[in-house]
Amino acid sequence: MGQVRVLVGTRKGAFILTSDQARRSWAVDGPHFGGWEVPHVNGSPAEPDRLWASQWTDWHGQVVQRSEDGGRSWEPVGNDFAYEGDPGTHQWYDGTPHPWEFKRVWHLEPSHDDPNTVFAGVEDAALFRSTDGGHTWREVHGLRTHSTGSAWQPGAGGLCLHTILIDPSRPGRMWVAVSAAGAFRTDDDGASWRPINRGLRSDYLPEPEAEVGHCVHRIAHHPSRPDTLFMQKHWDVCRSDDGGDQWTEVSGNLPSDFGFPIVVHAHEPETVYVIPIQSDSEHYPPEGKLRVYRSRTGGNEWEALTKGLPQEHFRQNILRDAMSVDALDPCGIYFGTTGGSVYASADGGDSWSAIVQHLPRVLSVEAQTLR
Amino acid sequence: MTRVRVALPAHLRDLARVEREVQVEVTGEPTVTRVLDSLEADYPALRGTIRGHGSGDRRPFMRYFACGEDISHEPPDMVLPEEVWTGKEVFRILGAIAGG
Repeated sequence: MGQVRVLVGTRKGAFILTSDQARRSWAVDGPHFGGWEVPHVNGSPAEPDRLWASQWTDWHGQVVQRSEDGGRSWEPVGNDFAYEGDPGTHQWYDGTPHPWEFKRVWHLEPSHDDPNTVFAGVEDAALFRSTDGGHTWREVHGLRTHSTGSAWQPGAGGLCLHTILIDPSRPGRMWVAVSAAGAFRTDDDGASWRPINRGLRSDYLPEPEAEVGHCVHRIAHHPSRPDTLFMQKHWDVCRSDDGGDQWTEVSGNLPSDFGFPIVVHAHEPETVYVIPIQSDSEHYPPEGKLRVYRSRTGGNEWEALTKGLPQEHFRQNILRDAMSVDALDPCGIYFGTTGGSVYASADGGDSWSAIVQHLPRVLSVEAQTLR
Repeated sequence: MTRVRVALPAHLRDLARVEREVQVEVTGEPTVTRVLDSLEADYPALRGTIRGHGSGDRRPFMRYFACGEDISHEPPDMVLPEEVWTGKEVFRILGAIAGG
């Protein structure tokens, strides 16, 4: 009998939602770190009761917490994120040079097999790695110092490294995404990186098919096919079948191809979910209808999933880290809204219900499947 | 050795797991820097939350008060008033009123 634990980061604390395999009845625990912004909480695949949480405020800066008991208790670990060497500058919104300054950890990605290794994607965009259980952090230097780094510009939410994918089958291969620089890949465990944005088109750029500058919102893949990548970009949903060397738009019949999260079904590598948003200036779904869109064909052909979701007056957003899947059968899908609701489907998206409502603004959702 | 009373804002009391004010022992003349050095040694979870790692600079939204006076912009090696190092007054660390 499996169990699911859903880790929810919000504007004012973290919440842990648990259920059995049926996923009908949920226990809601929290807030943890009440009053702190919690951009992300994630669990170690190697030791699922080891959890990591990024907490932050303007007043006190960054804190990283670790739990060894599935979130019942927490201990602060290291919070010194120092860029390697002279940080240099990136471009500010107006194109002027701006010093690289650490602000916060957006995303924590634990290693698949080593519980003491975890990656942190931070603002201003950089990748850090800890190999000692979070006590010390060291920048993965080759990314930010890529020759294009000084030309990276922040997106509306800041210059953030928000997506980290680790190849489960090919040691040394990882992908990251930065708003608004684009997607990058390493094949040598972070020593060197290259932009992988060919095929992307961003009409807001002076050069729409530039090597960098694309506002990638999220990348996802299925562990059995790591080189098949799905992307929700600022505008456009795209896919790559060669590890990011070339992208193709697969927005198809979506009512809007703007959005933030994208996830892949746990057992069907060509089944993908997005939540279309009206536009870059209107961050809520079209027509006031909260609709998850599912493609069973790896894109292009999309169906609206609405059963159990509000279909009028819905004017909230779903942020890039706020959608996740479990590994049960049928696959469970979860997402959180900026209005503080967490919705779940225990049948691959056919029907939905709210696990909890009225939480603070949901920033992130991660589903853990416990055996 | 001087014992200095330190009052922390609520978020930092939670992080340090203390109820109200704490006392720290300071060797030499009690300056802001020495008090914060002792505080961070006793409560490592507070490192980086009051002043920056490396630079040691006060975080922008943090303020220091002693004897009712805002000393945030005084040099960090300024010796704290006698009332603070005799224990009559508390060295107060506050978060600025900002945000929502």
